[in-house]
Amino acid sequence: MKRENFQALFDPKGIIVAGASTHPGKFGFVALHNILASGYAGKMFATNLEGTPVLGIDTVADIDELPSGEADLVFVCTPAGANVELLRKCAAKGVRAAFITSAGYGEAGPKGIDAQNELVRLAEELGILLAGPNGQGVISTPARMCAQIVAPYPPAGRIAIASQSGNFVSSFMNYATHYGVGVSRAVSAGNAAAVTVPDYLDFYADDPETSVGLAYVEGVPDGRAFFERIRSVAERMPLVLVKGGASAVGARAAASHTGSLATDDRVFDGACRQAGVVRAPTIEEAYEAAATFATQPLPRGPNVCVVTTAGGWGVVTADAISRARGLELMPMPDDLRAALDEHLPPRWSRNNPIDLAGGETKDTIPAILELVARHPSVDSVVLLGMGIQGNQGRMEKEGPFYPEHGLERIVAYHERQDRRFAETAAAISSEVGKPVLMATELSIADPANPAVQACRESGKLCYASANRAVTALAHLWSYARHRQRRGLD
Amino acid sequence: MGRTLSEADSKQLLRQHGVPVLDERVATDPDDAARQADEIGYPVVAKLLGDAIAHKTERGLVRLGLVDADAVRGAASELLAAATPEDGEVSVLVAPMVKGNRELIAGLSDDPQFGMTVMLGVGGILAEAVADVAFRLVPITRTDAEEMIDDLATQKLFGSFRGEPAVDRERLVDVLVGLSDAVDANPEIASADLNPLIVVEGVPVAVDALVELRG
Repeated sequence: MKRENFQALFDPKGIIVAGASTHPGKFGFVALHNILASGYAGKMFATNLEGTPVLGIDTVADIDELPSGEADLVFVCTPAGANVELLRKCAAKGVRAAFITSAGYGEAGPKGIDAQNELVRLAEELGILLAGPNGQGVISTPARMCAQIVAPYPPAGRIAIASQSGNFVSSFMNYATHYGVGVSRAVSAGNAAAVTVPDYLDFYADDPETSVGLAYVEGVPDGRAFFERIRSVAERMPLVLVKGGASAVGARAAASHTGSLATDDRVFDGACRQAGVVRAPTIEEAYEAAATFATQPLPRGPNVCVVTTAGGWGVVTADAISRARGLELMPMPDDLRAALDEHLPPRWSRNNPIDLAGGETKDTIPAILELVARHPSVDSVVLLGMGIQGNQGRMEKEGPFYPEHGLERIVAYHERQDRRFAETAAAISSEVGKPVLMATELSIADPANPAVQACRESGKLCYASANRAVTALAHLWSYARHRQRRGLD
Repeated sequence: MGRTLSEADSKQLLRQHGVPVLDERVATDPDDAARQADEIGYPVVAKLLGDAIAHKTERGLVRLGLVDADAVRGAASELLAAATPEDGEVSVLVAPMVKGNRELIAGLSDDPQFGMTVMLGVGGILAEAVADVAFRLVPITRTDAEEMIDDLATQKLFGSFRGEPAVDRERLVDVLVGLSDAVDANPEIASADLNPLIVVEGVPVAVDALVELRG
């Protein structure tokens, strides 16, 4: 498929919803609703057998009645039997891409397979990109387009998603909505009759709106070709991949879900390592890895330095780093120790993790972050214990004594400080080009916490635990090292 | 099903691609076996050799720790006598007896979806239960091979171990890249097993090898 066909799918100048419905329970209603609700600014057209307006959009009973050259994407919610004629008519109007939600194809037995093959041949003949069938839709935040039969419409960002399972597109985007690190494009490949997950990824790899790919696959029918494709993608951008059916039991489930044969998972794993593809075992870990690639620079080496306001967090994080393959809890360089001594009382840990041991004054944390992040031996920083002040501030704000007893002033100070720490972390990371990851469970316990908020506003992911930050960092380093070892940078 | 090469032919094929194998000799009769053993130096191992013989250990066709010419002559006679008509043409393989506490396995196999793969794993009698293996798709680079070693969970096995030096990783990389190169040069290879690959003074040596060609 040509790039201009993908462009028609992800950046259409106009969209036709075929099979728009007045019934709010039908896909043909939901699709139109979601496109309009997300603020799509291109031209909108819709077909409906009765020609009744839907959600304020005039509909036509037949594609023939639409103007030519105004729409280049058709979003198909009509029954499978209607789609051959529909595609022909759409092509005649200048449509270059079709997203088919209709079921009754490859997933529906021999007759469905025949219908699917016919559709693929037709699309090829017409020069139309065929997405789906049996898919949930396509998202493109640069176009403000939510052409999907399911929620959500995620915040804009630089993660591009392609999935063999439509519901995992939603899962990834729900995480994006929660954590704020957003999405550029997303597509559910459905039966992937003509355009497959690697095809979408290949487009994303050269897409200026995208900086990381995120994919879910189950079956890989031609493993060798798949390998060559994802290797080429991973050379151009980081690619995070989840494979369903990794266990023997999961493989049986995948076979009935997508009709694909499973390979030895250890072979698949080796192929990913060889291709430089980051493989994540869970959807959550995959999202967090992708969000980290999208928002942090790549580390140049394995050395991690941990900065914490309390000892226990640092100890557990040190354990996590030692478990994470490839990362090193770097020994404290003498010159850095001496520099930190200037800012901290003698009881600080004097080692990595840097436990401030409650010895901080107003400007300590920003000063220490500066020293640590700028030190030439440090490749990345994990920052713990932010948000504590704001959390106490919240308790005081919601308590019976606020705003008397000086509480108003101290709460405002706590909030300012927490915001400042998160802002400093983001700023210093950009300045020195090293990852600085902030982790606190307040990320999920209280997303309104000022440190969490400021982290989010800085565009970064606020990790829900240090373990999760370390896991994401290990993925970044494994990708960076893969590139370094092969001279790809 | 393809056809298997004899152990000697398997080793000969893989040796051409840099896979380290023992200095082994093929002897046609017991006296010849004793002469070859004299040249190799004692102790030696003797095995019955033939294209159709795959499960030597199970059939008792391997004799270990032969310390002099008489022992070799005796073992060779017994091995030749144990051959069955189904074994076809047979001879006796005489090889130095090597010792190492660490056993690895390496090989080539044909994945139904990914095609030819190179494998490295922890060997020994618990290998199957431990299942500590890494795969890559042929062809592999030296970097891929180094990362395969890193991928194994049992990293302690590669450092100094029970008075033996650390595994020479470069030599192990030679084995893996050699296997990959062998497939590139001989696309008719369907599979290969180096089991065990004994670590002798830090250097991996293929003590047994079996190559299967496509039928």
